[in-house]
Amino acid sequence: MVEFLHQLSSGLALGGVYAITALALVMIFQATQLVNFAQGEMAMFSTYVAWQLLQSGWSYWAAFAVTVVASFLGGVLIERVIVRPFANAPVLASVIVFIGLGFIFNALAGFLFGFSVQSFDTPFDGRPWFGNKFMSAHESGSVLVSLIVLALVFAFFRFTPLGLAMRAAAQNPASARLVGVRVGWMLALGWGLAAAIGAVAGMMAAPIVYLDPNMMSGLLLYAFAGAVLGGIDNPWGAVMGGYTVGIVENLLGAYVVGQEVKLSVALVIIVGVLVVRPQGLFGRRIVARV
Amino acid sequence: MSAILSVKGLKAFYGPVEALHGVDFEVEDGGVTALLGANGAGKTTTLRAISAMIRREGEIAFRGQPLRARNPEDVARLGVAHVPDGRGTFTDLTVEENLRLGAYTRRDRMGVRDDFERVFGYFPRLRERIKQQAGTLSGGEQQMLAIARALLLKPSLLLLDEPSFGLAPLIVTEIFRILRAINEGEKVSILLVEQNAHLALELATHAYLLETGEVVTGGPASALRADDSIRRAYLGY
Repeated sequence: MVEFLHQLSSGLALGGVYAITALALVMIFQATQLVNFAQGEMAMFSTYVAWQLLQSGWSYWAAFAVTVVASFLGGVLIERVIVRPFANAPVLASVIVFIGLGFIFNALAGFLFGFSVQSFDTPFDGRPWFGNKFMSAHESGSVLVSLIVLALVFAFFRFTPLGLAMRAAAQNPASARLVGVRVGWMLALGWGLAAAIGAVAGMMAAPIVYLDPNMMSGLLLYAFAGAVLGGIDNPWGAVMGGYTVGIVENLLGAYVVGQEVKLSVALVIIVGVLVVRPQGLFGRRIVARV
Repeated sequence: MSAILSVKGLKAFYGPVEALHGVDFEVEDGGVTALLGANGAGKTTTLRAISAMIRREGEIAFRGQPLRARNPEDVARLGVAHVPDGRGTFTDLTVEENLRLGAYTRRDRMGVRDDFERVFGYFPRLRERIKQQAGTLSGGEQQMLAIARALLLKPSLLLLDEPSFGLAPLIVTEIFRILRAINEGEKVSILLVEQNAHLALELATHAYLLETGEVVTGGPASALRADDSIRRAYLGY
């Protein structure tokens, strides 16, 4: 029982990372109907930036803040310079650009920071919180951080004029322009936010999965499974899906399929959802007349 | 008359296809000007060209200045509010959020609050439905929402694309009554595109008749109404 609760809570901790990564995927998907396959590698690169700052003696939270801001600016820049020229290109062209972008960040990280596995600090070290026997301090902390990120993102979209304009631009770009919303910048802003969220996800995951240029490849797959499970056009659904996948993956890994093949759980979830309920648990079914 | 908008030799393109072949007309400051014509005459295209939604050539002067804006958001920011065909509703957002988007470019909070009250004066039904998802409104209510959203931009020129489209006659009458009140009460000039020529000529002070991307004739609405040959040949009543 203790072992079960332990697995459950570490599933929750990683689930938080999947949830916010899934949210970042959904944010770009809603605006462009495209999945950013480079999301994971961008997050990994951000994590390396934080690691480099920590190596140079920065305090954790200063490195954290600078990394988040730098990732935001980097995301905006990537949209303006690399993604924008393909705005009217066929879907396949954009997908290939995203995959290429992923390779570039992967190679760049190896080139700049080396391919060997590094440990990554956590700000939440020390004794478990509240005498919680099942969760390490880092796991509790990363659950808390993921919840804070989710709350901030939802508050931003729900309560600020800029968040409203971003939703409008994603939903009906032509109409958004007619009320004066600069739709192009809203897309860039979306990429910036996704990159910043990804950076937080990377920094929360790295103490658990360790830092190396391939740290996010499996993680992105789980996040994608979460997004598909919840419904890739529904932010709430994606978040719920992310947590669910985290817990399911951990429990199945511990009790059923074993640690070695648990990545295939993500694939099973993706294929299963697409076959049985393509719109996901909370997504909207799109019916088109042709 | 003094013109708030004057258009000379306007050409517009969908990809490589030229859809307008040099259109000339003016919108009287403070008046209602109607663009009439059959399906495919270029009425909607003309509005899209003014809003820079499509590639265009020719001269457009807005309040005496050349309209140099290169994209729709800049045209809107100059005070030209475009109610597009299909109404442009943000269907997944609430009525209130749709209206707040109308005022997105404005920074005068107090003025926006007053304008919310003013548009609710014109469209009391929107106040009742303020928290409702806009996609669940009826067609007439969505048209009212689209006009209200455009008014919240505090425009000096309102471009209306077929506000009567697909609506029951009673609702159309009500909307046109409100449009007249807006034009007279708010001093907003209106450029109205309509297939329903009878309706448009009742509201309009001036009208132009478009056919396959060119202006056939134009002048005071009363003159067009009185000209039997034009009426029979082009306006169909």
